[in-house]
Amino acid sequence: MVIDIKEKERKVNSHKKRVNLIFKEHDIDKLIEKVLKTEPEKIIDEIKDSGLRGRGGAGFPTWIKLKGAREAKSDIKYVVCNADEGEPGTFKDREIIEKKAEKILAGMMAVAKAIGAKEGIIYLRAEYNYLIDGLQKKIDVFNKKLEDMKFDFTVFIKSGSGAYVCGEETSLLESLEGKRGEARNKPPYPAQEGYLGKPTVINNVETLVYAALIMLDGAECFKKLGTMSSKGAKVFSVSGDTDIPGIYEIEMGMTLKEFAELFGDSNTKAVQVGGASGFCVPRSKFEETVIGFEGVPTGGSMMLFSDKRSMYNILHNYLEFFVEESCGQCTPCRVGCQQLLKGIESIKAKEKSKKYIDELLELAKNMKITAKCGLGQSVCNPFISIVENFREEIVY
Amino acid sequence: MTEINIVKDAVKKHGRKRESLMPVLQEIVKQENYLSEERLMEIAKEFDLSSAEVYGVATFYSFLPVKPMGENVIKVCQTIVCDMKGKEAVLDAIKDKLNIVPGQTSADGKFSLMAVNCIGQCSNAPAMLVNDKPYINLTYENVVKIIDEYQS
Repeated sequence: MVIDIKEKERKVNSHKKRVNLIFKEHDIDKLIEKVLKTEPEKIIDEIKDSGLRGRGGAGFPTWIKLKGAREAKSDIKYVVCNADEGEPGTFKDREIIEKKAEKILAGMMAVAKAIGAKEGIIYLRAEYNYLIDGLQKKIDVFNKKLEDMKFDFTVFIKSGSGAYVCGEETSLLESLEGKRGEARNKPPYPAQEGYLGKPTVINNVETLVYAALIMLDGAECFKKLGTMSSKGAKVFSVSGDTDIPGIYEIEMGMTLKEFAELFGDSNTKAVQVGGASGFCVPRSKFEETVIGFEGVPTGGSMMLFSDKRSMYNILHNYLEFFVEESCGQCTPCRVGCQQLLKGIESIKAKEKSKKYIDELLELAKNMKITAKCGLGQSVCNPFISIVENFREEIVY
Repeated sequence: MTEINIVKDAVKKHGRKRESLMPVLQEIVKQENYLSEERLMEIAKEFDLSSAEVYGVATFYSFLPVKPMGENVIKVCQTIVCDMKGKEAVLDAIKDKLNIVPGQTSADGKFSLMAVNCIGQCSNAPAMLVNDKPYINLTYENVVKIIDEYQS
């Protein structure tokens, strides 16, 4: 068993798609100097050229946010680092914060320079409060360094208080402003009107680190990796039924077959790609499914399920999660989540016919087009992918 | 007299602009483990907001309790991976040791138990937080030991 694990780790670490960018040692001072010397337009061009897209899950092209905020007219602008990593099965940002905080800060500095911001805020989820002291020390050193270099940019931390929806960028802004974390209507986008109504760029922890690395080594180091629509690499959080759970940085574009061969075994029944709000892919579709924006996108969460797991229990757990975490402001999400949960329970208890599942599928599809924010819109991803692929397990 | 100072001190430290509301609420929870009605009223007064508004913000967040909590708050992760990997054994250990289930506080007021959503420790599931500190790779036995440590 021990040998098996070692062998599995060796196989993963020697795989041709395994890379090491985020956790590699880099000269941070050199990186800061490079950012200082680079013109704002050049920063945006370099990021555009790299093809970097948001690493939090939504995958929005990073350069468009930068350009929007750069062009927005305001004396005050903000950079926000989204460290509200709440998607079930995701823990890569925690590791990056623990081990490579300097690179996050350098990435924030690059964004600040690109858009002309003087303040940066790290919105850290309360579950990671134990990281605050260590992170604050690194921020103090960084802030001092920039002050000495006469670059006007200061970073500080703000804590969340245990609300999943605050990972959604406009909910995060509301929370930063001392309000209930209820999503805003878009437009206006944060790049135009963000924190306190000022132009704001919000990036995920990992996105900022890649932005920093692109500054240091140029767009080429990033875009030579990955596929046409999914450039670069990504840090994956691997958990569930695997012998080697943990953090792995892997090039984009791997098929789930390759992935399951590395992390799973012959009993791997399905992989949940992208957390509770992502897609459940059954073994029969591993070969045709690419991990990336052209296939199944992910913020990094990869949860493996063995054939011993009940898909009903898994879906039930997800729905309980969404019922609790729905902020409640829009009806499709608030009522929809509750009805989906109640619905599968009623079918299981034989209070409703098996056909009722089709009505629930319709409801889930409706939530996708009517819910106000990403939370409610994405509940249909796990619901539909689990019900369509494991219908018998849900209705019998 | 001292009671009022807690809120005033927090406001002094964090400011009274609207964006300081969360840090002030968090500060009070840190000191008193929850937000009592009086505190919420005092905070509302300091921020010149209606108490309903402040209450609305507090109750939105699961880590800003408005009911009394024990000295130590145990937050057991209930989300999928921890659920699959033995969350029940963790809850059983706590039930056996402290006679509480999620949502309850032990009779001596030392521990409160919450079932919370993903705490980002999935590669070492099941996991829990005691106050802010994470505990990972939990089993019935090591949960018992952890609670013993907090009791002594």
